[in-house]
Amino acid sequence: MADEVILLDYWVSPFGMRVRIALAEKGIKHEYREEDLRNKSPLLLQMNPVHKKIPVLIHNGKSICESLIAVQYIDEVWNEKSPLLPSDPYQRSQARFWADYVDKKIYEVGRNLWTKKGEEQEAAKKEFIEALKLLEQELGDKTYFGGDKIGFVDVALIPFYTWFKGYETFGNINVEKECPKFIAWAKRCMQVESISKSLPDQDKVYGFIVEITKKFGLE
Amino acid sequence: MAKDQGEVQLLGVGGSPFVRRVQIALKLKGIEYTYIEENLRNKSDLLLKYNPIHKKVPVFVHNGKPLAESLVILEYIDETWENYPIFPQQPYEKALARFWSRFIDDKILPAISKAAWTVNKEEREKGIEESLQALQFLENELKHKFFGGENISIVDIAASYLAFWLPAIEEAVGLKVLSSDKFPKLYKWSQEFNNHPIVKENLPPKDGLLGFFKSRYAAISAASK
Repeated sequence: MADEVILLDYWVSPFGMRVRIALAEKGIKHEYREEDLRNKSPLLLQMNPVHKKIPVLIHNGKSICESLIAVQYIDEVWNEKSPLLPSDPYQRSQARFWADYVDKKIYEVGRNLWTKKGEEQEAAKKEFIEALKLLEQELGDKTYFGGDKIGFVDVALIPFYTWFKGYETFGNINVEKECPKFIAWAKRCMQVESISKSLPDQDKVYGFIVEITKKFGLE
Repeated sequence: MAKDQGEVQLLGVGGSPFVRRVQIALKLKGIEYTYIEENLRNKSDLLLKYNPIHKKVPVFVHNGKPLAESLVILEYIDETWENYPIFPQQPYEKALARFWSRFIDDKILPAISKAAWTVNKEEREKGIEESLQALQFLENELKHKFFGGENISIVDIAASYLAFWLPAIEEAVGLKVLSSDKFPKLYKWSQEFNNHPIVKENLPPKDGLLGFFKSRYAAISAASK
């Protein structure tokens, strides 16, 4: 029986991008459905009644919500190729720890960079750079967080790179200057096929951020 | 003594529900460990060395290798010691277990904190509303004696906060969210959970916890005057 895989997503969501990358890495045939977040589909509301958010992975009619949970699910079910999590339990736990760190830090702080002003924005800038520096430390001399190939933490983190032009312009920071190793890692990731074909253009994402700031008077 | 389990240490504080989660899991699996009580107002060098990122407890150390974040620790424990599995084995069931554990930490606990640790009436009302909504989802999810079926599992362990800490908070701050008429299944579950032989041994003394929460609320009340 062929697997039926559907991804409910929204093009600019870094969380959705994570699941796209995982599906691409594993070569999983699936249907991508773009949601209108101002007019959520009945399927989305039925499949994620708790959070009503994207991404939602639907595998043979069963829904898996929350991006990192969906990525782990994909890794466990389609386990014959391209493992995203290490096989050693301690290394696996470290990958989970750092993915959790990305969740706790990068999205919220990044968002504050382009939505806040004054002191709050300054604090966000400091926190953002600190977080990237910690991640640089964790990366060390490795090509990717996953080692020689991309892994769970790379998948969790790289989508936010598409938002950097927005963060940098509105937040008035220069990430490459402060964290050159981070940018070098990001550029390496963008050379990986499953990543480059899963992520939207940075300029398009920037255009989206500009639109939102105008709409909500955040300039 | 579990054969070849290696050296296991746990840094924690007695009143922390996150630390107790790890202790319950270790006890269920019969893992022996050295417990190190931390003073969070004067964190030890060991804690700061082992958890430089968050500087919090619990910190779990296995053969000198440290781990932080209770849900991450619990996955590691389950993968390392396979007896008494606390996570389901099937990927879909496992995904659900992870979902509900996260839901407890990311939605329920913050809502309860919002409701409890304020003297502002509106804040409290808002917190209560969010807590009730969140708890209803969990209530609907409970289909057997425990979230794990006949035996306690990761979701039960994650929800231990609701069984033991929440009632103490409710009493200390004058709040009522987990009532038996609104949430009959969760209420019954909390009684079963607190009476489970392993859980019972691994909960902090109720008086101490109540005293701690009362002081905390008193400080908030005093500060707001």
